[in-house]
Amino acid sequence: MIPREFEYHAPKSVQDALGLLAQLGDEAKLLAGGHSLLPMMKMRFAQPGHLIDLGRIAELKGIREENGTIRVGAMTTENELIWSKLLQDKCPLLVEGARLISDPQVRYKGTIGGDISHGDPGNDHPALMLALGASFVLRSAAGERVVPADGFFVGTYDTLMKPDEIMTEIRIPVPAPGTGYCYAKLKRKVGDFATAAAAVTLRIRGGAVQDVAIALTNVGPTPLKARAAEDSLRGKPLSDASIVAAAGLAMNICDPAADQRGDAEYKTAMAGEMTQRALHTARERAGR
Amino acid sequence: MAASTDTLERESKLQGLGSSRLRKEDARFIRGRGTYVDDIKLPGMLFGAMVRSPYAHARIKSIDKSKALAVPGVVAVLTADDLKPVKLHWMPTLGGDVQAVLADKKVCFQMQEVAMVIAGDRYSAADGAELVEVDYEELPAIVDPHKSMTPDAPIIREDIADKDNVGHGPRTHPNHIFTWEAGDKAGVDATFAGAEVTVREEILNPRVHPCPLETCGCVASFDKPTGQLTVYLTSQAPHLVRTVVAMLSGIPESKIRIVGGDIGGGFGNKVPVYPGYVVAIVASIVTGVPIKWIESRIDNISTTGFARDYHGVGELAADKDGRIKALRFTALADHGAFNSHVSATKLPAGLFSICTGSYAIPKAYARVDAVYTNKAPGGVAYRCSLRVTEAVYLIERMIDVLAQKLGLDKAEIRRRNFVKAEQFPYTTALGWTLDSGNYHGALDKVLKAVDYDGLRKEQAEKRARGELMGIGISTFTEIVGAGPTKVCDILGIGLFDSCDIRVNPTGSAIARLGTMSQGQGHATTYAQIIATELGLSSDEIQIEEGDTDKAPYGAGTWGSRSTPVGGAAAAMAARKIRAKAQKIAAHLLEVGEGDLEWEVDRFKVKGNPSQAKTMKDIAMAAHTSNLPDGMEKGLDATEYYDPPNMTFPFGAYVCVVDIDRHTGEPKVRRFYALDDCGTRINPMIIEGQIHGGLTEAFAVAFGQAIPFDENGNHLGNSLMDYFLPTAVETPHWETDHTVTPSPHHPIGAKGVAESPHVGGIPCFSNAVVDAFAHLGVTHMDMPHTSYRVWQQCKALGLNER
Repeated sequence: MIPREFEYHAPKSVQDALGLLAQLGDEAKLLAGGHSLLPMMKMRFAQPGHLIDLGRIAELKGIREENGTIRVGAMTTENELIWSKLLQDKCPLLVEGARLISDPQVRYKGTIGGDISHGDPGNDHPALMLALGASFVLRSAAGERVVPADGFFVGTYDTLMKPDEIMTEIRIPVPAPGTGYCYAKLKRKVGDFATAAAAVTLRIRGGAVQDVAIALTNVGPTPLKARAAEDSLRGKPLSDASIVAAAGLAMNICDPAADQRGDAEYKTAMAGEMTQRALHTARERAGR
Repeated sequence: MAASTDTLERESKLQGLGSSRLRKEDARFIRGRGTYVDDIKLPGMLFGAMVRSPYAHARIKSIDKSKALAVPGVVAVLTADDLKPVKLHWMPTLGGDVQAVLADKKVCFQMQEVAMVIAGDRYSAADGAELVEVDYEELPAIVDPHKSMTPDAPIIREDIADKDNVGHGPRTHPNHIFTWEAGDKAGVDATFAGAEVTVREEILNPRVHPCPLETCGCVASFDKPTGQLTVYLTSQAPHLVRTVVAMLSGIPESKIRIVGGDIGGGFGNKVPVYPGYVVAIVASIVTGVPIKWIESRIDNISTTGFARDYHGVGELAADKDGRIKALRFTALADHGAFNSHVSATKLPAGLFSICTGSYAIPKAYARVDAVYTNKAPGGVAYRCSLRVTEAVYLIERMIDVLAQKLGLDKAEIRRRNFVKAEQFPYTTALGWTLDSGNYHGALDKVLKAVDYDGLRKEQAEKRARGELMGIGISTFTEIVGAGPTKVCDILGIGLFDSCDIRVNPTGSAIARLGTMSQGQGHATTYAQIIATELGLSSDEIQIEEGDTDKAPYGAGTWGSRSTPVGGAAAAMAARKIRAKAQKIAAHLLEVGEGDLEWEVDRFKVKGNPSQAKTMKDIAMAAHTSNLPDGMEKGLDATEYYDPPNMTFPFGAYVCVVDIDRHTGEPKVRRFYALDDCGTRINPMIIEGQIHGGLTEAFAVAFGQAIPFDENGNHLGNSLMDYFLPTAVETPHWETDHTVTPSPHHPIGAKGVAESPHVGGIPCFSNAVVDAFAHLGVTHMDMPHTSYRVWQQCKALGLNER
């Protein structure tokens, strides 16, 4: 449980961090909250020669709203998300999701940007981002690009982020008033990753589903957007039967790996169960 | 009236027996001022890092140290070959076997100790360990103990393959360790053959680990000029360790000092002597500087002191009214690759013969077959050493199975079979004499408190609606306080314990004991026992344990033996002092000893209470010339207490569990625990013990297991998977008590720490199974994780909407 020797860098600006990244290349890893990377280093699964700590870069922190978009600095901690009045009022799904991440100690250190860019399908923010239609700001020496969450997650520990890029910001369109939401997560204990979880946003107008987003955590190599399930619900009244049917469609796209949480059958069933529960709760919360 | 008020006031000031005085240990713990073994830092200290086997079974073809030795800071790399010249590459175990200190030619379990890298700091030691190149030839592994004794099973222990006995009777297979039997087999078989009803169930106690917050570790420091060896060690039994180290090393026992500081939990994990300790000691002897070796969490869960792995078969024979006529319990015990199971020499299956429980069962037979597998050795751990948990789990599950078969209520069947209060002392069919108890009283009190009839009514309504609610009962009898030396010894040393009390001239005292607190609060409770016996304030009584240069010899703290044995020694030593004090008081008051009576803190003259000498007065006098003729100075005493019998704490527990049939999540809604541990020394500490034991029982029942794949690879040996419940998962505990003092213990106390673990586990399982009982389910093996419970729901078609 002792990592290899490494050099530690603590730049004060994104510019400096990018400079270090360019200079050190493959040898370097970006350090956010450290709750995924540091355990991997202690187990010697990851052995970077250099750590570039983003923790002292003020411009990567903070939550604000601009022109209908919530902008969250990538180094904002889970705890800061939870206590943000802005998010509580305008994007409660993110607060609900963050509260279910790991344990209180981890939430004081773990960051939204770290959680997303790590590319671990067990992390919770990726599915939340898919359900919220978020996009990510990636900066490199060459400039800045904005990439939608949908499509960003390529495989396990694999995203569209390039080695010379730093995620600086998460952009979330402010959900329309009356949007129903829920993050339903089944886990074995505090601190655990999800056995399965479902993130849902739901808009109902005139008794029918105007829009719905369903995304699943930890039941495939990446977070999964349950498109067929969404399509089955759009434009129709939401009933218990249609929720069960949608959950069945969500289960069809699951491809979980067996582990101590359960086998593929159980995890798939739980993805369906969490989808049902999230849809039910979102329906209760949605304005009509 | 005035005198009586005065007496009560003086008594309450002592904070003796029965007082919930605050724990004296906590002042340092809550300030972060505890001193654990990893806090020991000695000048020039080097660090050891263990190289461990990636395979569960493999031959070692070669070990290349060169790359490791080239790492800056690495001082040495030790392998079995390096320990051979001092004959320490193997060591005897507390189970009568031998164990490889560092793997000698082959490894027999994954993460077995292969080499230790010694370096100037932890970092270079870890770097070196990664670079030791070991060439392995993998062998087929045995993970399932049922496959250990098949004719074509690979031989795990080639070193003893030709031995027909490894300490506990004849062996029938190279992977066989021992077979132990007790009871009247022929009589039991005959009763079963003619019984009106019989039930049989296969019941597993899975391999688990107590996972103390502090992992195992030591700092070994050998001083070459004096030949003195000091070992700072996180050990529950420092004196036994000193003896083992003397036997192993040839160093005179008088030149070995074991120092146990604060210990962050033990639960049986810290009784054995582990290879890491031996290598650190050898390394210190060789290098002449102190060596620190500390386990990581994964090392701890993977290699040291596991518990259980008992594959049981329970059978009961009864009449149609549910009165049990005979019991037949057998178990296949997976001891791992070496038999380092800690047990009394004459009791290789520990106290498994307590399996008749709280019931008057006329005939019983028990048998345990222990085998080797390619898993870590160790144990027997976990808040009930000596197989009591396994035994109680079997009887408490089986009586439920019998009730279901007969359609009897699970409380009623217990009432019909309990040993009655007037039958004590009661000798069981397997030979234990239960000294005291009131089982009917305890159960009735609990059933009333939880409104048992109301719960059963609610359950019936829920079942009609398709909901799953279970009610679990456990009415257990524990056996603790090992133990009478005629029955119990380890390495030939009887399991007595000791207390040495010295009273200072000003009336304060220091007491040293052979036990070792790991969180039990001994510094608080032992002082209370002595305070009441001597009439001195517990605040002025200092308790010390764990430094073998200071404390008298004792077998340590495990098996809930501290109060039954150490506490008894404290009371008896104090009584020796009080007897001497009475002589001094008689001398000072110029009366006969018989003219004096004891009252709280003083001897007073009968009929003339103003004539009195307090213990404080006497303490001072004991250090003057004003003593009876020929009396030695001082007011000290030592007691080595050999208990006449074990003690038998008991309890009645009820658990209510609701199960989500769609996710399988079990939710403990209510848990009511009544414990009878005899005389209660400190109710607050008892409460804490019950809470801790129930929480660990909850952990075992609902999540803990050490899983392996078919090649013997660990599948969950970190806290990611291994279930340590936090305050979030832990249910609310309701506690209650009755008091049935032990007739043979000096203060009537019985010990309590393990009861909630032993009694809690079957209570949880009984509740989970009860939730499915109306659907014909008679047993479900632990752990009752959501996943496993969901599988049961699915098998019954309950998961569908």
